[in-house]
Amino acid sequence: METQLDTQWLQACKIEDAIENGGVCLKLNNQQVALFYFARRNEWYATQNECPHKRQMILSRGMLGSLGDTPKVACPFHKKTFALDTGECLSGDECAIKTYPVKVENGNVYIGMIA
Amino acid sequence: MERKNIVIIGNGMVGNKICEKLKQKSSDLQITVFAEEPIRAYDRVHLTDYFKISSIDELFLSKNDWYAENNIKIHLNDPVVDVDLSKKEICSLKGQVIHYDYLIFATGSAAFVPPIPGVEKQGVFLYRTIEDLELIKAYAAKAKKGTVMGGGLLGLEAAKALVDLGIEETAVIEFAPRLMPRQIDASASALLEAKLAELGLSCLLQKSTSQLLGDEHLTGIAFNDGTVLETDMLVISAGIRPRDELAKKIGLAVGERGGILVNAQMQTSDPTVYAIGECALVNEMIYGLVAPGYEMAEIAAAHIIGEEKSFKGFDMSTKLKLMGVDVASFGDPFVSEPYARTILLEDRNKGIYKRLNVSTDGTRLLGGILVGEATSYNMLLQMVNNSMPLAEHPELLLFGEQRESKSASSGLEALPDQALICSCEGITKAQICDAVITHNCENAEAVKKCTKAGSGCGGCVPMVKDLVNYTMKQQGKYIRNTICEHFDLSRQELYDLIKIHELKSYDHVLDALGRGHGCEVCKPLVSSLIASLWNEMILGKGNDVAQDSNDRYLANIQKGGTYSVVPRIPGGEITPDKLIVIGEVAKKYNLYTKITGGQRIDLFGAHLNDLPFIWEELIAAGFESGHAYGKALRTVKSCVGSTWCRFGLHDSVSFAIRIEERYRGLRAPHKLKSAVSGCIRECAEAQSKDFGIIATEKGWNLYVCGNGGSKPQHALLLAADVDSETCIRYIDRFLMFYIRTADPLTRTAPWLNKMEGGIDYLRNVVVEDSLGMAEAWEQDMQLLVDSYRCEWKAAVEDPNIRKRFVHFVNAPEEKDDTVQFDTMRGQKKAADWNLKTI
Repeated sequence: METQLDTQWLQACKIEDAIENGGVCLKLNNQQVALFYFARRNEWYATQNECPHKRQMILSRGMLGSLGDTPKVACPFHKKTFALDTGECLSGDECAIKTYPVKVENGNVYIGMIA
Repeated sequence: MERKNIVIIGNGMVGNKICEKLKQKSSDLQITVFAEEPIRAYDRVHLTDYFKISSIDELFLSKNDWYAENNIKIHLNDPVVDVDLSKKEICSLKGQVIHYDYLIFATGSAAFVPPIPGVEKQGVFLYRTIEDLELIKAYAAKAKKGTVMGGGLLGLEAAKALVDLGIEETAVIEFAPRLMPRQIDASASALLEAKLAELGLSCLLQKSTSQLLGDEHLTGIAFNDGTVLETDMLVISAGIRPRDELAKKIGLAVGERGGILVNAQMQTSDPTVYAIGECALVNEMIYGLVAPGYEMAEIAAAHIIGEEKSFKGFDMSTKLKLMGVDVASFGDPFVSEPYARTILLEDRNKGIYKRLNVSTDGTRLLGGILVGEATSYNMLLQMVNNSMPLAEHPELLLFGEQRESKSASSGLEALPDQALICSCEGITKAQICDAVITHNCENAEAVKKCTKAGSGCGGCVPMVKDLVNYTMKQQGKYIRNTICEHFDLSRQELYDLIKIHELKSYDHVLDALGRGHGCEVCKPLVSSLIASLWNEMILGKGNDVAQDSNDRYLANIQKGGTYSVVPRIPGGEITPDKLIVIGEVAKKYNLYTKITGGQRIDLFGAHLNDLPFIWEELIAAGFESGHAYGKALRTVKSCVGSTWCRFGLHDSVSFAIRIEERYRGLRAPHKLKSAVSGCIRECAEAQSKDFGIIATEKGWNLYVCGNGGSKPQHALLLAADVDSETCIRYIDRFLMFYIRTADPLTRTAPWLNKMEGGIDYLRNVVVEDSLGMAEAWEQDMQLLVDSYRCEWKAAVEDPNIRKRFVHFVNAPEEKDDTVQFDTMRGQKKAADWNLKTI
């Protein structure tokens, strides 16, 4: 319950600003957040924009896909892949990415960040 | 029940094999191995490969921990020096005393060193162990002339090794009047000699050595006929001598000329002691090949656990490649009138000699010899071993290869199930077919893992391959490279299906032909196919998110997340005004500039937000996209050609521009590069390109399938002295054939390398139109040429595409503030990967 209390829902953008089956980058709380609209699955995900492998602000330009049932994003630099739901690195590396909850209301997209 | 103690003396190929056999047959055995060599068993058959490979690891017959895992104690570098047969105890060099219930001699053989004065000199070597090879290698570095004594199988291998080591003059001396006297006849030997001479290896026959010359170091060899051969080193390969000295010492019966006497169960004169492999004398024969040694291992192992098997002699047929020349001998190679009729083919023109020995009634094949061409060896051997009836015209068997493709499967079909395919491991046709059918082995490698077939001498591997393909065909299976978990199709299948169904977006393709939600493998691949087929704007129809990052932003992503921009400069020709524009744009947007390897100018360090503005200015000055970001035609390099150059034969720049403008934007399985040179001096380096053109007196020479990169490969001549129109038609066909059939991300060079029939086949398809596709391909290409549009022009004019070129969707004016640059030589450079704090 505590975490819920601390979570701030920040207005990120309009639905039409997002890219179907792709990502966009947002500046929220002075952080870079990648927002993905996985239209094929009708799912929204948000993660840190930085790829931890070479610390590049780039994941929002990554490619969406699935590994079995797991939704994932592939970094454009070296094709490291990360699970969008858990943030786990699927390329066998010891680096996970932060994920954030997303909700869509009245045509607006909100991302939950801890204040 | 008490575990039986088994002690094995020797850890060569056969000593290793009997460990495997015993382990397979029983888990109630305590096995201990003593070995003289300091390393565990390795593949002696392929010893010559040791010079070519990086480490001995590739030659080991077992994994590092195999012995430990199987609870076998192995003592390397510790030979057995004494055995007490009455107490059943062995004693090793290091003083270990161990009781045995069964003792197995697998001591192998040593090279036979003839008693010639001077064999102790430096520069005289044997060819037997890894250590021998190390010594040879070290000495060869300073030797110019090398000689091998012994023209048998191993001697010729040794000679090849010397040639490979860079010895300038290599000779083989042989006592007999012909090479490989145990395997081939005089005519075959004569042909082989001629072939070896072409490769720089001379053969001296009927030579009996009297003395080795030189003081401390060898300098020459004197023969009984009074002649002398100068040489810096000598490798002796004059046959083998069984290692029976220990057996002799402890009182086991040995043969008059060496070898531990054994019966058909491999038992020596003491029934609890066995001998196998090259140290064993069975039926008055020493078997100097690995396959019979393995068979002996099987029989001894079986006998120890109470199975009754016996050794019934062994087929000594062999096939090998000596310095690129196939030599094979099978069944009884020498039988002749009146016991057989021979059929001979001697083609001095092509360097082929074949001999078949047929039974006097003409119904059975008894044996034969093949030199120069031996593709039918396995089938012929099977015909002998299985007494298969001969067809009406056995002479047709001499012309194996071209008929092979048609008759191969029918030949395999006729083969009985029990036909022994791998004689080293004793694997039959039925076992191989079973591996394919019930264990889903789909290639020879899988069959090898499953059954061990082909893991010995490797001679049966081609036949195993044929059997795998034959069996898979019978099962209705065929081999495919499927793309990923989302598409159970090969690239070519997908190409054809997208074309037939006229699919134009990634999502449609996935819905119609795939499953799941795609990935970073299939998305760019499908996008590339769609672009190759329809040549529509690659960012339309939702395909932008299915493009690789570079294609998606029509620029090359660089360290730090900025992009580089490459305007097309066809043929490398550019006006001063255009050069000035590039300079001005670079200054305005603070870009690092560099000339590329393909005669273009690359502008680095552009923010995503700036890309459309940069291109607006470039397009206004008459530039268009250079497709440096795509798996597409990159650049057509040119030399200045006949317009300026005093050597130039034709106007290479104009032709390069024409070629570049024809194929610009063409999407392919991988990037494509080209060049045009105005004369044979080849300043444009056309022979290192996917397709390259060189001017000749009469027209153009067209070369294809070259590349630079990590594995450089020269392009091969596809057509000579063609006119410009023909040249372009051939390139059209070549490119469409490549685009349609290549595996993903395969450039033209590896594509050709994998193509059966190679450049000749490709020439047939492209020049002779053997597939009847030329017209269709030319039309397809013309459609692509006609539908070309500059992607960047389309992008800057379309507000929906253009709005994607921002970093923050909620702050479109802001650039990524984490991007950093350093300075170097008066220009900026990307900051290094920022990896300090994780």
